[in-house]
Amino acid sequence: MSAATFNVTLRVWRQAGPGQPGRFVEYAARGVNPDMSFLEMLDVVNDELTLRGEEPIAFAHDCREGICGTCSLTIDGKPHGPHGGVASCQTYMRSYKDGDTIVVEPFRARPFPVIKDLVTDRSAFDQIQQAGGFITARTGSAPDANANPIAKEVADLAMDAAQCIGCGACVAACKNSSAMLFVAAKVSHLGLLPQGQPERDRRVLAMVRTMDGLGFGGCTNQYECSAACPKLISHDFIARMNRDYAKAVFRAAFRPLPADAGGE
Amino acid sequence: MAQLNSRIPPGALSEKWRRHKADIRLVNPANKRKYEIIVVGAGLAGASAAATLSELGYRVSCFVFHDSPRRAHSIAAQGGINAAKNYQNDGDSVHRLFYDTVKGGDYRSREANVYRLAEVSVDIIDQCVAQGVPFAREYGGLLANRSFGGAQVSRTFYARGQTGQQLLLGAYSALSRAISAGGVQMHVHSEMLDLVIVGGHAKGIVVRDLVTGEVTRHSADAVVLATGGYGNVFNLSTYARGSNATAIWRAYKRGACFANPCFTQIHPTCIPVTGDYQSKLTLMSESLRNDGRIWVPKRKEDRLKPPGSIAEDDRDYYLERIYPSFGNLCPRDVASRAAKRVCDEGRGVGETGLGVYLDFSEAIGRLGEAAVRERYGNLFDIYHEITNENAYKVPMRIFPAVHYAMGGMWVDYNLMSNIPGLFVLGEANFSDHGANRLGASALMQGLADGYFVIPYTIGDYLATQKPGSRSAADAPEFAQAEENVRAITRRLLGVKGKSPVSDFHKRLGRILWQHCGMARNKAGLEKALREIPALRAEFWESVNVPGSAESLNQSLERAGRVADFLELGELLCRDALTREESCGCHFREEHQFPDGECKRDDANFAHVAAWEYAGEGVAPVRNVEPLVYEAVKMSVRNYK
Ligand SMILES: Cc1cc2nc3c(=O)[nH]c(=O)nc-3n(C[C@H](O)[C@H](O)[C@H](O)COP(=O)(O)OP(=O)(O)OC[C@H]3O[C@@H](n4cnc5c(N)ncnc54)[C@H](O)[C@@H]3O)c2cc1C
Ligand code: FES
Repeated sequence: MSAATFNVTLRVWRQAGPGQPGRFVEYAARGVNPDMSFLEMLDVVNDELTLRGEEPIAFAHDCREGICGTCSLTIDGKPHGPHGGVASCQTYMRSYKDGDTIVVEPFRARPFPVIKDLVTDRSAFDQIQQAGGFITARTGSAPDANANPIAKEVADLAMDAAQCIGCGACVAACKNSSAMLFVAAKVSHLGLLPQGQPERDRRVLAMVRTMDGLGFGGCTNQYECSAACPKLISHDFIARMNRDYAKAVFRAAFRPLPADAGGE
Repeated sequence: MAQLNSRIPPGALSEKWRRHKADIRLVNPANKRKYEIIVVGAGLAGASAAATLSELGYRVSCFVFHDSPRRAHSIAAQGGINAAKNYQNDGDSVHRLFYDTVKGGDYRSREANVYRLAEVSVDIIDQCVAQGVPFAREYGGLLANRSFGGAQVSRTFYARGQTGQQLLLGAYSALSRAISAGGVQMHVHSEMLDLVIVGGHAKGIVVRDLVTGEVTRHSADAVVLATGGYGNVFNLSTYARGSNATAIWRAYKRGACFANPCFTQIHPTCIPVTGDYQSKLTLMSESLRNDGRIWVPKRKEDRLKPPGSIAEDDRDYYLERIYPSFGNLCPRDVASRAAKRVCDEGRGVGETGLGVYLDFSEAIGRLGEAAVRERYGNLFDIYHEITNENAYKVPMRIFPAVHYAMGGMWVDYNLMSNIPGLFVLGEANFSDHGANRLGASALMQGLADGYFVIPYTIGDYLATQKPGSRSAADAPEFAQAEENVRAITRRLLGVKGKSPVSDFHKRLGRILWQHCGMARNKAGLEKALREIPALRAEFWESVNVPGSAESLNQSLERAGRVADFLELGELLCRDALTREESCGCHFREEHQFPDGECKRDDANFAHVAAWEYAGEGVAPVRNVEPLVYEAVKMSVRNYK
């Protein structure tokens, strides 16, 4: 393990509450160990702030191993930091060197308002999910799990999409604040599986309409989303969702869905 | 003294659950919507319970401290979930899963509960597949399985190394559907800080909104806690940072018994500690032990040599040597202790000497790197991110770390605590894993409790409560609980001392790891029982909690949780001190066989210790529920 410690300067977004003005404040992080995670470095800075009688920097985190989707830092302008395929909590200080200045901001997107400092409100994702991101399977009514074999390739592709951790980096990375990758991942995961077929049309219609209603922008095929995604979820799923959506709109025109399928 | 009636139904073990379901009271469908149920927590246990209870027609309110139900700590489970499907035709059965679990728990779990768990395990897999959980499959399209420790069959279902994520997203989607249908009122960023007891029954909770600081009261006909495990009492652990004991600890202080607090699991395969700044330890899933071989050098002198330069003959594959029939797949407590022993002998690897190798070179030779990548790629990636080492080329270094709490709230067969109307599910309760949990069994238990047990058993209680009879939230009991919550907050903010909260958490963790970790003894536990109260006193004199109570204040959140840990830690040591035997994870150095294995004392300790709060500064009462084994003969666990 490397041992030589070093110092960096942080420029951190501080904002007291929702809708309040924010600003960058500079802090020195001293004695940084290259094996520290980025969040552990912030922990140390926060303990020093506490000792100095200042309020620590609020930032969201929980699992600290890249799976819960809570951490959400924009580091030097990039959601989740310099490396692809990892979350903020999986960014290590060995990526930096003595004397670096690092800019730390919250995820920036209109549908994710700042709650405090680096913490944002991403409940819009839950709303999209509630609109239709499920397969209706009442507890106790399921057939035997091996009754319907599913080709490994299909199950694997569904899993590729299902890996989404719901962090919102895709939205933060997109200049239009589009949530297409998030929604496409869910729609594809469920729509690829035979169990997901009965609700396939109403799911994609309801989720896309809810997404639009919440103020997320459209996709203009820049694919910044996939590049920022900690699970590197492929933007191919967006094309798949677009096809699904078009088919669902077409079918709905001939066979109108019941009124409750909208969800806006 | 608390009344501990386990309410185990009569009849043969294999008949109990069926009979019980037929015999218990039911709530008629039209009345269900008149009952309000509070579910605290939306991990596997809470989300599955909230969704299913609302499907039945109950009105459910669900509270989580997270910003979304999808972020519960269950999301991080990697390896898999057990079920007695016997799809591999390798001799598995409900009875074998039951037996493995009881034996794995070193005969300190409740037989009837474990049998039911094994029975409903098969329904869980059906349910999850129906929801769209993308479990791993074989080319023929059928579900794939792998093996986990403590079992000689392949009964573990998995979704790459992200099984917990996929199961939780399944439960979360069911919960989302229930929310959109209006059946569940979801409260995020809402931390339960007290339980309200009216007339001896659990009838509500007091909650702090973590964003606005607002404190609110919520009344209900029954309260379900599914708030997860308390392993973060050790500070460093594989848990998410936010996991805490506050909900169950405050329930304990309202009279709910805390069972077997010292039964805490230390997982053998985690990435070793590197520095004082460290905030968590990362698990390397037990599934790796399917193909990885664990070893240390035979000679101390070799411990710092590059592993590749140590000849085959100079390596000690100690698990394969000591436990030839289970080898690298022996249970966690056994594997952890063995690792500790070889490190104590000075043969541990890495700079600190606190590490052993988990080596894939044999598997890569046998299967090829691609196959190993397909099975475990994401775990190798995690390992690389953290250590900057390539485990395809050099063996992983691993060391045991705190991982799971077998102890928890005492519950009866209906999963109801000794407080009527208070139910406890998932890792927060104690019932199924005894003194050691087998891998892939926590996910099974959480979903069993939420999907298949509580939906039946809660009716047995509610049927005794007249619809509409619950007290309103303006009752004096609610006002008192709210004032209690406000007083704790005021006190924490009022100390204005010199030390950050993290300092106390780290120090508590060090005391517990040293004296109440993988090996425990009387002198050490007594020392810890002196040190912890002193640390607690220091906390209340010199902790510094900046900020106010009226907005998002992460220091305040953590301070409240650490204050509770500082009390719980003492109970852990007290429980470990009074359990004068070794069993499962609980290794009392005074009680061991010459070969270092656990020496149980069934004559005196075949029981659950259920601790009852007796007031501040007063020693808690140790109640006992005897464990009666009808189907299994208690014997010395043997994995050799
Ligand atoms: C890294 C890791 C890997 C694991 N891998 C496996 C595995 O492969 N197989 C297996 O079987 N088990 C595994 N486990 C264990 C398993 O994941 C847990 O035991 C299980 O998920 C716990 O689920 P739960 O529903 O009881 O609690 P949790 O998932 O912890 O959920 C707790 C919920 O309670 C809420 N909550 C807590 N306190 C409060 C409060 N005061 N107020 C409001 N809300 C509150 C939280 O917001 C959360 O929603 C693993 C554990 C870890 C740490
Ligand atoms: S903290 Fe969970 S993904 Fe980063």
